[in-house]
Parts: sequence; C-alpha cells; structure tokens
Amino acid sequence: MKTLSVRVKSVALMFLVAGLTTGCATSGETKDPIEGFNRAVFSFNDGLDKVVLKPVAKGYDAVLPNPVRTGVTNFFGNVADVFVGVNNLLQGKLTAGVSDFGRVAVNSTIGLLGVLDVASNMGLEKHDEDFGQTFGRWGVGSGAYVVVPVFGPRTVRDTAGLVLDVAADPVANLDHVPTRNTLAAVRLVNNRADLLPADKVIEEAALDKYSYVRDAYLQRRRSLIHDGNAPREAESQ
Amino acid sequence: MKSVVAFFSSILFATIVMANDMAPDALIKSVSGEVLEIVRADRDIQSGNTKKAADLVERKIAPNFDFLHMTRLALGRDWRQANTEQQKALANEFQILLVRTYSRALTEYKNQTIDIKPLALKAGETDVKVRSEIKQPGAKSIQLDYYLQKGTTGWKIYDIEVAGISLVTNYRESFASEVRNSGIDGLLKALQTKNKSGDTVAIKK
Repeated sequence: MKTLSVRVKSVALMFLVAGLTTGCATSGETKDPIEGFNRAVFSFNDGLDKVVLKPVAKGYDAVLPNPVRTGVTNFFGNVADVFVGVNNLLQGKLTAGVSDFGRVAVNSTIGLLGVLDVASNMGLEKHDEDFGQTFGRWGVGSGAYVVVPVFGPRTVRDTAGLVLDVAADPVANLDHVPTRNTLAAVRLVNNRADLLPADKVIEEAALDKYSYVRDAYLQRRRSLIHDGNAPREAESQ
Repeated sequence: MKSVVAFFSSILFATIVMANDMAPDALIKSVSGEVLEIVRADRDIQSGNTKKAADLVERKIAPNFDFLHMTRLALGRDWRQANTEQQKALANEFQILLVRTYSRALTEYKNQTIDIKPLALKAGETDVKVRSEIKQPGAKSIQLDYYLQKGTTGWKIYDIEVAGISLVTNYRESFASEVRNSGIDGLLKALQTKNKSGDTVAIKK
C-alpha cells in the first residue's frame, strides 16, 4: 500500500498541470482545436479495437450466457460503486453518496461479492459518477476535446479525472499482480462487450464517425454532469 | 369567481385537446407499446432483419415525427441558406438516415421494457419533453427523452435524447462542416451517398 501515497502525489501533480492547461484551452473558440492529432489517434484506437479488443469481446459475448455476463458486469459495478460514492460526496450529494455506500455494503454481502445487484431491487439506484464529473460540478471548464491513445475520447478535464479514477481504482491497486491483471483484462473485455450493440447503430447513423463519436461524447458528459437534466443547447438560428 | 371561470375553461380546453389528439405522453406510450409488442413477437427483427424493422418504423413511428423540423434544427443557421427545394430534399434524406438508424437500434432489442413518465401538461403548452426510461435486466436503465411540439396536425416529435445525447444535435457539427466545405448541395450529396452505401450494407447482410 505504500505505493499508493506516492501514486497519489504524482497524480495530484498531474492534476495541477492538467488544471492549468484547462484554463488555457477554454479560452479557444472551437472545442476541438487539435482535430488533426485527435483524428490520427482516433483511427489508431479504432484499428486497435478492430484487430484486438472487438474480436475478443465478440467471442466473450458469444460464449458466456447472459446471466453470467450480468454477474460480471455487476461485480465490476460494485467495485466501482465505492468511488461513485466518494465522488457523490465530493459533489455535495450526501444522500446519493450514502446510498452508494449502502449499495456496496448490501451487494458485497447479500449480493455474493457484488455478483448480484440486490441493492437495485431494494430501491438503491445505481449512479454514474467519476472524478471528471466532480471537476465539472466544481465549475472546471471542460477544455479541449482530446482522444487519448487506447482510452479514447476525453476532454482535458476528463483526462485529469481519468488519472484520478485510475489511481483510485481498487483493481489497479491490488498487490497480487496476476490477479490484478486478470481482473483488469476481464473488465476491459466485459465493458467492450457491453458496447457491441452501440457499434452497429453508430455505423448506421454517422456521416463521419469521428465527429459523431466526438459530439456524442461531449453531449453525454454534459448530461452526466447535470445528472441527466442538462438544459437544452441553444438552437443558434 | 375568476378561479371558477378558469377552472371551467381549463376543463373545456382539456376536452377540446382530448378531442383533437392524444396528450404527448399518451401518444408516446401508445406508439412505443405497440412497436415493442410487434418486435417482441418478431424473431426476424430480433435477429437483425433491418428491412423488416425499417418497414415497421416507417409505418408506425415515422408518421409521429416532424422531419422538416428535425432537419432545420440539425442545420442550425445554415438552414436559411437552403432554398425550399433543397430544404425538402435534405429533410427527405435525413428522414431516410434517421429511420435506418432507428431500425438498426430496434434489431438490437433484448428484453427491455419502457417506462414512460406521466407529463403534467399545462394549458396552452405547445412544446414539451416526455421522459422515459428503458429498463433492462441486469443493467443500469437508460434515459430516453422525447421532445414534441404541437402543430396543426397534433403533437409531433422533433428530437430524441438517448442517455442525454440528442440525435438531432449530434449531426450539427458534421452538417456545418460539410456545408462550410462544399455548400448545401455538398451536404445533400453526402447524405445521399451515405444512404446509398447503407443500402449495399443492408443487402450484403
């Protein structure tokens, strides 16, 4: 565990740097000032996905029966709920935060280490929070859009959030390396498999996949920061 | 006295509205209920028959949309650059694209149910948002919001937001950049090409 404090320190430094960059980036007119670079990384990520991740996710999806898939998603959802709760508290949403910790308590015990989402059936709703959203709540501007290699679409603010999310991630902090790696790989594949249906819809819908994904990401983050109640964007007519 | 008059006139108004057309939330409820019932019973659609799904969307869902309004929103300030003919042609192509996207989404259907939130419609309101939630076993529910406006032919949907992502707004940037680079006709052509390429994909499947 002593590596954790070192990690947190370096993360804090990175956050500071990212925060400064955000300040610069928001002054620009366009939300995608480094589009050329982003498009290059996007097609790299897309290629990597096509060759490696997507085929694995497809196989995984085909082999595992639905109840098992749900159990895996629930397990990692429960692991994530700890920091969902922390972020709700950081955003001042006390009731939501307490409910998240209640979820972890219930699901880790009665829910057999999180495999069953008993808490949802009890009326404790699952939330979606991360450090990027917390910064957004605090009023940090989103900054420029950035496609991060391997991780995909982010904004400068959400990249800073991502660094904290990774540092706080219970899986990444496991001391037993083989367990850590196995869990991280399963989680990655499982998350990708959950997104398979969306792929086809995007292919069908997008004139230009890059800008379609970018604009969807930016809209989605905006909505999440407002907990699903974002004001409608101006119609600019 | 005033409040009594207001009360009766609001009842009167409500009856007129009922007589003319369904309330927006009731409309969404009846259409989505009917469509899901068909999809649930149709193995072809569930196993990816987009043609059959598109037929269903065209018949049951599309008549409740105002595609001209949607296209206008997606074009933003560029809309006024287009003449009436171009506007019609754009709306036509955009309709094909949206119907196709919607149909593809329907073929991904697995045991979800839709929970439509009741709407407290105020008298005289002509622009509303109907909220709903897609519930799926073992996953977080997805927020699905419909935007409707009341016109001469009743309530029509002009936008849908899935998990906070507006289907219409999401095209704004790519439409704008297409218009910037090659004008209204360029955008029209890009949409036509996209729709045609979709055809070949559908046939290959």
